[in-house]
Amino acid sequence: MGSEITSKILRTVSREKAFYFFTSIGNYTGVSASSLKEFMERLNEVDLKSLEFHLYRGDFEKWIDEVLQDPELAGEIRRLPKNSLAGETVRSQLYLAASRRLKKLTS
Amino acid sequence: MKLRSGSTVLDDVDLKILEALQEDARQTYTDIGKHLGIAHSTVYDRIKRMEQHGIIKKYMVEVDAEKAGVKNITAIMTIYTDPKESEIVAEELSKTPEVLEVYTSLSEELLIIAKVVAENQENLHTFIANSIAPLPGVLRIRTSIITKKFKDTPFSISSKPKLMFIKGTHNLK
Repeated sequence: MGSEITSKILRTVSREKAFYFFTSIGNYTGVSASSLKEFMERLNEVDLKSLEFHLYRGDFEKWIDEVLQDPELAGEIRRLPKNSLAGETVRSQLYLAASRRLKKLTS
Repeated sequence: MKLRSGSTVLDDVDLKILEALQEDARQTYTDIGKHLGIAHSTVYDRIKRMEQHGIIKKYMVEVDAEKAGVKNITAIMTIYTDPKESEIVAEELSKTPEVLEVYTSLSEELLIIAKVVAENQENLHTFIANSIAPLPGVLRIRTSIITKKFKDTPFSISSKPKLMFIKGTHNLK
């Protein structure tokens, strides 16, 4: 992968384009992420309800695809077996996907 | 109506005219005059003066959105902010057409309370996620979608001040 594409995926986006974690319609947790690295860190600290809310709506892959412009990670998250994921498995699966991608991009 | 050092004092006739207009703003000066036992020219003069002094700000139509077939959802947002940024957040909120009312409140934390309308829940969420959460100083947002309205009365001026009695107390005479 070209270094230009890699730096694009790893860049820090503006506040307007950051990912804002909600627990339900209109209920913002106060946690946001402006880069892939920050997104991965926030996955470990945000309320599980928020992860479930966004996972089932498809918000994660949408943001990763449209804002970070990383179709590979977006596709991996899209392919997660959402219906069979519950509880802390949601967190661990998301974290695993994001950290694996980050490692690949930075190595 | 009398003017005292820049402030306006309404007399009983003014208050009764306002009360009548609040009930039905399409009444004629003659109707109001007949009802109050005063000349229609007096009603006209009083109304014009109250309009000139900004006491009567505008005449509005109250629309029943449900009967008009407009399907909107209304929500009350409580926005927790950094005290240094709260004024700016409140001003930014006030600029958006989706937000109908904006208030600040100081309880344990500095809060902004806002009433917002949207076509549906998804639009409401998109608006809050894209336009409110990114505002600098916004710490958290709690949103309650209104499911049923029990009372919604605009402020109304009255010529008869009402005493408020609390059931079980006898100290008001």
